[in-house]
Amino acid sequence: MADIRDAQMVGRTSDGRLVQRPLSGHLSVYINFDMVMSVGHRVTGIAIAVGTVVLVWFLVAAASGEAAYANVSWFLRTPIGYLALLGWTAALWYHYFVGIRHLIWDTGRMFDVHAVKRSRYFILGGTAVFTLLTWLIALT
Amino acid sequence: MADAKGLKIDTMRSFLGRARGQGAAHSGFHEWWVQRLTSLALLPLTLWFVWSLVHLSGAPYADVRAWGGNPVNATLLLALIAATFEHMRLGVAGVAEDYIHTESIKLTVVLGVKAASALLALAAAIAVLKLAIAG
Repeated sequence: MADIRDAQMVGRTSDGRLVQRPLSGHLSVYINFDMVMSVGHRVTGIAIAVGTVVLVWFLVAAASGEAAYANVSWFLRTPIGYLALLGWTAALWYHYFVGIRHLIWDTGRMFDVHAVKRSRYFILGGTAVFTLLTWLIALT
Repeated sequence: MADAKGLKIDTMRSFLGRARGQGAAHSGFHEWWVQRLTSLALLPLTLWFVWSLVHLSGAPYADVRAWGGNPVNATLLLALIAATFEHMRLGVAGVAEDYIHTESIKLTVVLGVKAASALLALAAAIAVLKLAIAG
């Protein structure tokens, strides 16, 4: 009798063939650019989640009154506030563009290595351009 | 189980179990779907929100209040809040489920994330409603 857990590793290809589903590569064996980008998607997701606390603070302060709003305005204009906002916008745009790639992947497209390599430029370029544009427009 | 081409894989999993899509977790497709749904909603909403904030930066308090009090902005803000915190809850809980291997800590973190997302979403929504309705 085979290990019962093997049952979870059985899948079917689109033409109905039974296959053993592949295991993901182990982190300690090799590491490459796309793995780091994938981890980055999760890291930026967590960072954006932490940043939503400031977003809620901003909204609650705006609804509470001028004094409360002055507090959040002051915080966002301290060096730490600027750094947090810069990190948040960069994380947001990175997560945004990797997210678009995930949605494309969900339709079954762009799985070949060349398409994935091309998408790196789209993601990293998009993140840089959108972060820069966000700050250019905000500060002018 | 053996397929037509003769590949043989020993498994005790029945075809009915596979057809029902019930693996060890019993459910999960719904969460997967909601994560995609909220991400689709957030594509335009994020663009709108960042665009708005960028133009509000440095604006006096009265302008911020007027912006939040506008019914269209309030509607989009509420949609953004709902989609953001549902997407965030599923995402952060998913990370915790993957990397925390002690069941008691995992459950505590997942429930904590759920509570935090719900409270943050409620606080944000009430603030928007106050701006929109109470003025």
